Amino acid sequence: MSNYSIILISVLVVYMIFNFGFGMWVSKKQQALDAAEGKGFINNYFIGGRSMGGLVLAMTLIATFTSASSFIGGPGVAYSRGLVWVYLSMIQVPTAFIILGILGKKFAVISRKTNAVTVTDYLRARYKSPVVVIGASVALVLFFIAQMMSQFLGGAVLFQSVTGLSYIYGLILFGIVVIVYTSFGGFKAVVTTDTIQGIIMVIGGFIIMATIIHVGGGVDSIVDKLNVVNPNWSTPDQGGLTAKPFVMSFWVLVGLGVLGLPQTAVRGMGFKDTKSLHNAIIYGTIVVGFLMLIMHLSGVFAPAVLNASEIPSTNGVLNTDYVIPKLVLKYMNPVVAGLFIAAPLSAVMSTVSSLLILASAAIVKDLYLNYIAKDKYDSGHEEAADKHFEKKIGRMSMAVTLIIGAIVFVFTIKPPSLIVWINLFAMGGLECSFLCPIIFGLYWKKANATGSVVSMICGVATFIYMTVKGISIGGTTPIVFSIAVAIITFVIASLIGKSSDQETLKLFFPESEHSA
Amino acid sequence: MKSDSYGAPILTEKERSRQIRKEAAVSMILYAAFFLWWYFTGYGLGGGDPKDYTFIMGLPMWFFLSCIVGYVGFCIASVIIVKKVFKNFSLEETADGGDTDE
Repeated sequence: MSNYSIILISVLVVYMIFNFGFGMWVSKKQQALDAAEGKGFINNYFIGGRSMGGLVLAMTLIATFTSASSFIGGPGVAYSRGLVWVYLSMIQVPTAFIILGILGKKFAVISRKTNAVTVTDYLRARYKSPVVVIGASVALVLFFIAQMMSQFLGGAVLFQSVTGLSYIYGLILFGIVVIVYTSFGGFKAVVTTDTIQGIIMVIGGFIIMATIIHVGGGVDSIVDKLNVVNPNWSTPDQGGLTAKPFVMSFWVLVGLGVLGLPQTAVRGMGFKDTKSLHNAIIYGTIVVGFLMLIMHLSGVFAPAVLNASEIPSTNGVLNTDYVIPKLVLKYMNPVVAGLFIAAPLSAVMSTVSSLLILASAAIVKDLYLNYIAKDKYDSGHEEAADKHFEKKIGRMSMAVTLIIGAIVFVFTIKPPSLIVWINLFAMGGLECSFLCPIIFGLYWKKANATGSVVSMICGVATFIYMTVKGISIGGTTPIVFSIAVAIITFVIASLIGKSSDQETLKLFFPESEHSA
Repeated sequence: MKSDSYGAPILTEKERSRQIRKEAAVSMILYAAFFLWWYFTGYGLGGGDPKDYTFIMGLPMWFFLSCIVGYVGFCIASVIIVKKVFKNFSLEETADGGDTDE
């Protein structure tokens, strides 16, 4: 191993130890708090006692939906496609705003009334249907395991490409750290480490942009070179190669569709007060736009300092995932390289930690407590449960989180083809399942269980069918038509089905008068 | 007006619910406005031959307007909307029913 690799790895090891120490410190504090109060474990472990302030809320939201692809895959595509890929990534500028502006306060109020700590808890309170709850929980666990595996894989491969060591070592380094602090620290450890990881991501963005502009001799000189190397770099359609309907599809997948992702929606249940929410909207908008702009623009500028011949290719097609690692190795000294690589690894860890705690909540809270141990767990009033039971649930929750983490870890070492296959549908599948039940449930009185069940089945089935068969309507990606199917079937089935009872409607829509 | 332990005013259930709907509607309007800006500055101005592009700070005009100005503008709009339209209120308590945990 070269000196360069040793220094780079040392920087990463120090950063991981810091994450681990910080995560465990938060979890110790949390456990002391649990012991002092002697109750409310579920509320603390899965939603952090609804105590997030503005900065933490903003950073955890961003860190959760910013994945390895924003640092590696995305800039790589921007390298070959040009500004169209920055243009596309900027679709995400208003996402923090709509997630928090549309879901934030409504979820905050409802979750306090119903003691909800997961999106599925909310679905249970709104639709009172075991089919919806069990379907949602199973979909969530499956899709999340697939997504966690692909995040781990992305981080581990990156580790391998910059250090030359087998990716197993990288996986052991950050994988174990994130699994352990999430299991013992719960939601509180997840969101506080997310905050630190989010700050590291911003620093990483600065580092890569500054490096490229510096070695490229300033923006004007970079632009001159780009005009020679890739004349289409400056157009919004890559000179016709990146079609408009394809780009527009992302307004659904990473635009409005994100309102249907449980991992971002659940953040609406965890903040302290309206002031925190307002601050988070502003911080979140500024940071997410900055990250998207700077990372993808770095990719666009990269051809000026990195020739295509320096990037590995298969059958004549550039493997653009190597653009960022190659840049790092070519131009950064090992300390700076370590600091930069910490950013994509942070993106991996913050995404995995959030998915892991929710997958655990789906099994412990949404399935076990609601259906298997429901006699002991008087739903909605955990205070009533005795201390012994509370302790048992505590141990069980941590064990379940650890076990899911371990399963994902093993899957990453030897990815089963079924999970790889499921991952193709993970993000779109989650959106097709959850978008309509969440949004219509919050803002449309006629939304009901029939609508939810029919729409989840039709939406997900359409999405999987279109993706597998490669069907495209008017050049859009399958998510657009599938979400349309989910919406239409939701509305029709809700109008046909039995409406929710008066008690539920009064709880969810106190502003209107109710007549039977 | 009374306020809760976080210093946020306590509203009635109805007032609170109406405010939430209003904020959600304004969020959608802002979202649509950003979409229109993004679409028309991007596809609208970027259609011609790259040789005829006007450049600002090294970047094509369409990109500068849709992505740089669009981003900064959206941040400024967020601050204004949050300060002017979004209101603080208690999430725990309401003026007509006490603690909503019950």
